[in-house]
Amino acid sequence: MRYIPNADADRQAMLRSIGRTSVDELFSDLPESVAKAYRPVGLPPRSELEVVEELTKLSARNEAAERIPLLGGGIYDHYVPRAVHHLASRSEFSTAYTPYQPEISQGTLTVMFEFQTMVCELTQMEIANASMYDGATALAEAVLMAERIRKRGKVAVAANLFSHYRRVVNTYAWAAGIDLVEIPLASSGRCDFGRLPDGVSALVVQSPNAFGVIETLAGLKNRLGDALLIVATYPLALGILEPPGAFGADVVVGEGQCLGLPMGYGGPLLGLFATRKEHLRQLPGRVAGRTVDVDGRLGYTMTAQTREQHIRREKATSNICTNSAHCALSATMYLASIGASGLHRVALLNLEKAHYLAARVEKNKSGTLVFDGPFYNEFVVRPKGGADAARERLEAAGFLVEPPQAMADLGVPDALRLAVTERRTRSELDRVADVLGGKR
Amino acid sequence: MRTIFERGAPEAADGVFPACDVPEQGAAACLGADLVRTSPPRIPNTTETTVVRHYTRLSKLNYGVDDGIYPLGSCTMKYNPKVNEDAAALPGFANVHPGADERYAQGSLELLYELTQLLQGIAGLPAVTLQPVAGAHGELTGMFLFRKYFESRGETKRTRILLPDSAHGTNPASAAQAGFSVTEIPSNARGTVDLGALRAELDDTVAGIMLTVPNTLGIFEENILEVTRAVREAGGLCYFDGANLNSFIGRARPGDMGADVFHFNLHKTLSTPHGGGGPGAGAVAVSERLVPFLPVPRVAKRGDRYQLDWDAPQSIGSVHSFFGNVLVAIKAYAYVQQLGDEGLRAVSENAVLNANYLQERLKRTYALPYDRLCKHEFVLSSEGLAEGVTTLDVAKRLIDYGVHPPTVYFPLIVHEAVMIEPTETESRESLDRFAEILERIAAEAREHPELLHEAPTRAPVRRLDQTAAARTPVFKFPFDAE
Repeated sequence: MRYIPNADADRQAMLRSIGRTSVDELFSDLPESVAKAYRPVGLPPRSELEVVEELTKLSARNEAAERIPLLGGGIYDHYVPRAVHHLASRSEFSTAYTPYQPEISQGTLTVMFEFQTMVCELTQMEIANASMYDGATALAEAVLMAERIRKRGKVAVAANLFSHYRRVVNTYAWAAGIDLVEIPLASSGRCDFGRLPDGVSALVVQSPNAFGVIETLAGLKNRLGDALLIVATYPLALGILEPPGAFGADVVVGEGQCLGLPMGYGGPLLGLFATRKEHLRQLPGRVAGRTVDVDGRLGYTMTAQTREQHIRREKATSNICTNSAHCALSATMYLASIGASGLHRVALLNLEKAHYLAARVEKNKSGTLVFDGPFYNEFVVRPKGGADAARERLEAAGFLVEPPQAMADLGVPDALRLAVTERRTRSELDRVADVLGGKR
Repeated sequence: MRTIFERGAPEAADGVFPACDVPEQGAAACLGADLVRTSPPRIPNTTETTVVRHYTRLSKLNYGVDDGIYPLGSCTMKYNPKVNEDAAALPGFANVHPGADERYAQGSLELLYELTQLLQGIAGLPAVTLQPVAGAHGELTGMFLFRKYFESRGETKRTRILLPDSAHGTNPASAAQAGFSVTEIPSNARGTVDLGALRAELDDTVAGIMLTVPNTLGIFEENILEVTRAVREAGGLCYFDGANLNSFIGRARPGDMGADVFHFNLHKTLSTPHGGGGPGAGAVAVSERLVPFLPVPRVAKRGDRYQLDWDAPQSIGSVHSFFGNVLVAIKAYAYVQQLGDEGLRAVSENAVLNANYLQERLKRTYALPYDRLCKHEFVLSSEGLAEGVTTLDVAKRLIDYGVHPPTVYFPLIVHEAVMIEPTETESRESLDRFAEILERIAAEAREHPELLHEAPTRAPVRRLDQTAAARTPVFKFPFDAE
């Protein structure tokens, strides 16, 4: 049997040495009715070759992978330097467990420490954990953390979160008995922070938001009293955008897919979580720290574990155990590969290209921008002649655009949200503008 | 250990991204100056050579399943087939945006649908969601389902979750995060649930029980049917933690034991690797009465097309951004397809045989508090090995012999616990070598205890000062200090 090294002769000898005559005896503790009720799933074993052929065929049925994506909404089609894939694939990293034995896990731990540092640098925050499952659960955990700190049973949430963030926050908040109060929109596509609700534990803002518009964070923190300011952000954009930490954010979360991970039909993803030092004891998830060994040599270990489930059980700050460690490793390698200058460059390419497309669309009158707030690399456009017809033309031209339901969820069913990354060329963007304008 | 922050070459060339091919306006013109970043993040600019050498060097300080036996109890560190990795990396799978219309993602949707069918068959339960992305995330999803179920029935008094004292820490943490309180049920002298103690707690405030099957001592609850029946008769639900599925896969099904929720750890039982702490995948199987509450969207098949079904008015909502860890699910699918029924059964047979073989041998040298037939793992104790020698010493000495230590100090009900799970992918020779090393360490404990106290001496670092790490926390590179 593949992946099982012992031969029958080994098994017989092993059974003899433990005084058993058959493998079935080893399962004598299963209730008879349970053993009898067992039904196989009806799956014949197959060779590696057959399985590879089948999976290759299945993967070819994903037409999306052949199309040019104009989809965004939190997941983007970014380029990943090839070295990242090669390095992350090293099985010393990928086949290790959580580094509970630090002396033989210094590779994983050093990378965790580098990752935490990079997240702090990107967001301009004081501490970061070693990752959460994704941006959406990171945001949900931020809401729970703020509620643990301020205990008001109520959290204000911007109306323009990405739909998937909002869904996950809704579920986590419902179970924790936290009321969510919605902050309405302004015509800019930004939130109307004119009147902020009283008595909330936190205010949740996403920037860039679900319309691609960058929120005005300046001065917001001062108007919140002691409620926490939680900002969900787009980490790659922070190569060019002033980070939430500079505006006094108390918690910054983000989706790290943009930092070196494939889109993968939405998973695995990478949740970033950063906050202020004063909230360390309420931080969810693992943290690596620097220390010394008995000979005084620098080394890394998981620390501050008295917050975590394996020590604190029902009093833990979160139930999270397995996180997105390997995705965080890829993100660290991605950022190391491009450096601060590469990050600035790629962040700027996204911005310039998106603005080029928006300008083209407006210039050839193929559509109008729905919101007038400043945007990063995606924007919402109302195509001349209607969204459905424009979508149909764009799809016929080989592009991949937001389905009708996604736009309806955003409250702009007659529009399209277009995302542009560094991978889109000028000729592709010109073609998008032309097709939006009616060309086939 | 030098970090990447100490390896920068400020003048390094940047050739990853092309020049801008559209007219450039500049960030301030696009955004307004007040939104533009004023100080760059301190991420070094280096060359690819530097980066590759740095992370290759770091990888050599690690120990993975590819390096040798990794007998962590409750973690099922089995060999991870290489084909899994290549399957998930196929461009047709890797380059699919989750917002794509279902028409354009038929391959991934078909695979997800087929995997849910297989997992339903393995669990003996009628429905599966692939949305949870880790074991604890599956637990949390299960607890959300419990909560929604009782909410739908107006039974809001049911706020307590019962847990054996041998449970993983994630169980009580998940229950609490879903708004439940936790009541511990003591284990009996045989290491299983004390039925009397359980019955005494069962009333109309109990939402249900969370069980690990077999439990964290590696012991199968012989009374599992009595336990689940008692909980059900009291109006409660039964959660099965699937961390230990490797011990009965292909031979028994949680659905036949009374489970209402069962979570899989695809990164354990189904061999997608653990990645140094994640990502995992925590698929959740449920009984008929919980199906209406499953997270959205669900993958459905209509005719020969696959689609995402959002129509579930009683659903708990979503627990993850999209459809779970799809690329991890692909690895699990590749694994199950290779094994088939025959292979799945061989997994549990060999996992249990390997564990019993090791247990029988090691109990001559180490204390075995619960001396009985085990399943895929067993728990020894270092107590009484030698004066002043602890389990931590034994674990660190194993490192000197080039072996990854077992899980230590868990479960909490065994003093100086050493929890060993060899898995089916270790050979008899590998088990014998591991046993010999543990026996040699037991002898050293008596004759040269200093070897244990000082261990490890052959690892990249020696024992780390945990107290200093906690007392003067350094969680990021101290740029300003150096």
